[in-house]
Amino acid sequence: MADLSINFCGIKSPNPFWLASAPPTDKAYNVVRAFEAGWGGVVWKTLGEDPAAVNVSSRYSAHYGNNREVLGFNNIELITDRSLTINLREITQVKKDWPDRAMVVSLMLPCEEHYWKNMLPLIEATGADGIELNFGCPHGMSERGMGSAVGQVPEYVEMVTRWCKAHTKLPVIVKLTPNITDVRLPARAALAGGADAVSLINTINSITALDLDRMIALPVVGNSSTHGGYCGSAVKPIALNMVAEIARDPLTKGLPISGIGGIGNWRDVAEFIALGAGSVQVCTAAMLHGFRIVEGMKDGLSRWMDEKGYRSVAEFSGKAIPNTTDWKNLDMNYQVIAHIDQGSCIQCGRCYVACEDTSHQSIAQHIEASGARRYEVIEHECVGCNLCEITCPVEDCITMVAQDTGKAYMNWTQDPRNPRREAR
Amino acid sequence: MMIESLKHLPRPQLSNAELSGQFTDLAPALSARQAIIESARCLYCYDAPCTRSCPSEIDVAGFIRNIHDGDINSAAHGILKQNILGGSCARVCPTEILCEDACVRNHHAEGQPVKIGLLQRYALDHMKFASHPFTRAATTGRKIAVVGAGPAGLSCAHRLAMLGNDVVIFEAREKPGGLNEYGIAKYKLVGDFAQKEVEFLLAIGGIEIRYGQTLGGNLRLKDLHGSFDSVFLGLGLGASRRLGLTGEDAPGLLAAVDYIAALRQADDLTQLPVPARAIVIGGGNTAIDIAVQIRLLGAEEVTLVYRRDAAKMTATGHEQDIAKANLVSIRTWAQPQQVLLDKAGRVRGMRFEKTRMEAARLTGSGETFDIPAEAIFKAIGQGFDCADIDGLERDGDKIRVDDQFRTCLPGFYAGGDCVAPGQDLTVQAVQHGKLAALAIHRDLMAKMEAA
Repeated sequence: MADLSINFCGIKSPNPFWLASAPPTDKAYNVVRAFEAGWGGVVWKTLGEDPAAVNVSSRYSAHYGNNREVLGFNNIELITDRSLTINLREITQVKKDWPDRAMVVSLMLPCEEHYWKNMLPLIEATGADGIELNFGCPHGMSERGMGSAVGQVPEYVEMVTRWCKAHTKLPVIVKLTPNITDVRLPARAALAGGADAVSLINTINSITALDLDRMIALPVVGNSSTHGGYCGSAVKPIALNMVAEIARDPLTKGLPISGIGGIGNWRDVAEFIALGAGSVQVCTAAMLHGFRIVEGMKDGLSRWMDEKGYRSVAEFSGKAIPNTTDWKNLDMNYQVIAHIDQGSCIQCGRCYVACEDTSHQSIAQHIEASGARRYEVIEHECVGCNLCEITCPVEDCITMVAQDTGKAYMNWTQDPRNPRREAR
Repeated sequence: MMIESLKHLPRPQLSNAELSGQFTDLAPALSARQAIIESARCLYCYDAPCTRSCPSEIDVAGFIRNIHDGDINSAAHGILKQNILGGSCARVCPTEILCEDACVRNHHAEGQPVKIGLLQRYALDHMKFASHPFTRAATTGRKIAVVGAGPAGLSCAHRLAMLGNDVVIFEAREKPGGLNEYGIAKYKLVGDFAQKEVEFLLAIGGIEIRYGQTLGGNLRLKDLHGSFDSVFLGLGLGASRRLGLTGEDAPGLLAAVDYIAALRQADDLTQLPVPARAIVIGGGNTAIDIAVQIRLLGAEEVTLVYRRDAAKMTATGHEQDIAKANLVSIRTWAQPQQVLLDKAGRVRGMRFEKTRMEAARLTGSGETFDIPAEAIFKAIGQGFDCADIDGLERDGDKIRVDDQFRTCLPGFYAGGDCVAPGQDLTVQAVQHGKLAALAIHRDLMAKMEAA
């Protein structure tokens, strides 16, 4: 049986599944329910200076898929709207009652050292295992010079991280905003400031939909709306890339990463860990389905690890990083060609119209005497783009078959077609 | 409408409300949520097989995508521009042998087509147009006679009106709709849907209907020829074929279509004569329709007898299942031999001869059996019942037309069940009417240009 326990920058947890700083971790009642359900840790909903933030109504909206499944989720909530005293008391009690679970406290304060200096001892006193600096929330608090307004300026990231390291012995995790051009810069800044780890991604600026009758975006507050922070499964690809960018950056190599963004099942978790995450944080999936989803994550991940022979999370953490590279290092001599399994083809024609209209005209439509359609790949036209495989509604009907070109590895920097190739 | 032939039989036991409850929608309408879920199942195929298999050329994948996108009016418009009777077709089409049979989701692991018929009905039940969705082109000054206010005639009239022509429809009966009004099983087209649909169709304007106009009776083809620029014949097949047996006109023996018409027109179902035991002869959808409906009215034993095996029945598997679900017994390989009469000369049953295939020919085996029954319903096909089409060339017993629906008489066109080849489907009739209208209009315009 695989060992799911982790030690993430000194913070021990029975499994890598943490709840991210968000509504599910706003108070003891929820966090206790989460621990009862089996979550390995929580990042307590961001604390700030008193008086506590005040929220509006309504707060959430969604980007839906075909069957009203939530693809993406948007919120305009601020940090905790409960007093510091109550939060600290509850954190203390919960940590005391659940000593084996990771208790990380998220913080957001103005960019002046005294705020941090005063707050950090209070957090330490709760018995919490670490702090997470919220440099990511892109709505509301950022207008007040906090959240993503800090995360978007690497110098501020470094400065505040340094203050925190100076005023607490607890591990400091810096939570990064994706609303930035190159996520490696704030990660490097965090490391320079002494951060023990980074966590990412926070939410992405978003407007999910509009009420076209009222001409107001969602969620509606009175007669207007504002952009929110986007999360849920739609952001997973963005988060995975940002995690990988930091994991494979030589300047931040080895910096622990807590992966966040659209995680909903064990496979998502495995992917984040394979790209370098040491723990993962979940919010939207829990908000949509409840805390019970952690059971499937635990079972699925451990079954998969057993199958693969990984005894611990560390054994496969970062295993996909060496295979994630810059475009210029890709093999120009590699070639795949689409293959349509006629036995499972249902003649829907989707691959044909996609290729014919928008790609390389590499699929032929034959009309048989019976009127039936037959779709065949024109192999010498196929560039191996995967579009037909993606549009095909039947699993494994279209496969991309690697061709034996007989040619050795050659990347673009070596390619004679590249006028700026490196000299041999 | 009194059913003279059965007036000696008892009336149903149930109240009118209870009987009416038996004739609600066979396939209940989709709710909004169900329509969204079902439309999401559509793969939006390219060169979609459902569209290719629709006799009226509806862009099925397109209208389903409109439904999914929440644009019901575009869905409805897309259906109606190809098939102005899309509402009744959504209910009566044998989708199981047309679009839904072609749906790619029948394949392999899924084995479940998208419910295209129900989605079409959903679009048309929920469309909201401020006025009729089609407008008439500038007037051509042409006037066209349409004989028959059934699906073919109505479809033809609507398209002709749309193209700017004026139309007069001559209808023998007192209501429009043809088989939709008089012939479809009551649980497939419920309530007054057929009339509502005709009202909607006529709202385009430029169409007048004259009732009680019987071809061969008070209506002559040659008169029409003089007063109209063109004539479209959507006559249908009004006459039931005869068995050719002694006793064929005895009380208790009648055409299924006559009973169905009476049932559809009856305000009070308790006044319908219902036999305790009934025999239905035939293997088509009409045979199933009468068998099921007479069961629903309270007949205890209904036996459908067909001379070949079930696979040869023109009633689809889906239709046969409806009959079985309503406990209709289906006997195959037997043909009528003798109408059995009681002392009063009324039907008391029928003697059948068993049949078999011999050298690829259906032959009687000589072995007989009797089925007792108070009523026998013939559902062995329909033919012409008007005398005034003698000038028209035939293909078999149907009117011969070319690929533009022109008959041999200049200016006369025909379509629907009365022409060959026809599938005897409502949707086919609608398509004929539409295409004939286009041909008529084109021919008239060509003539005007030449003049």
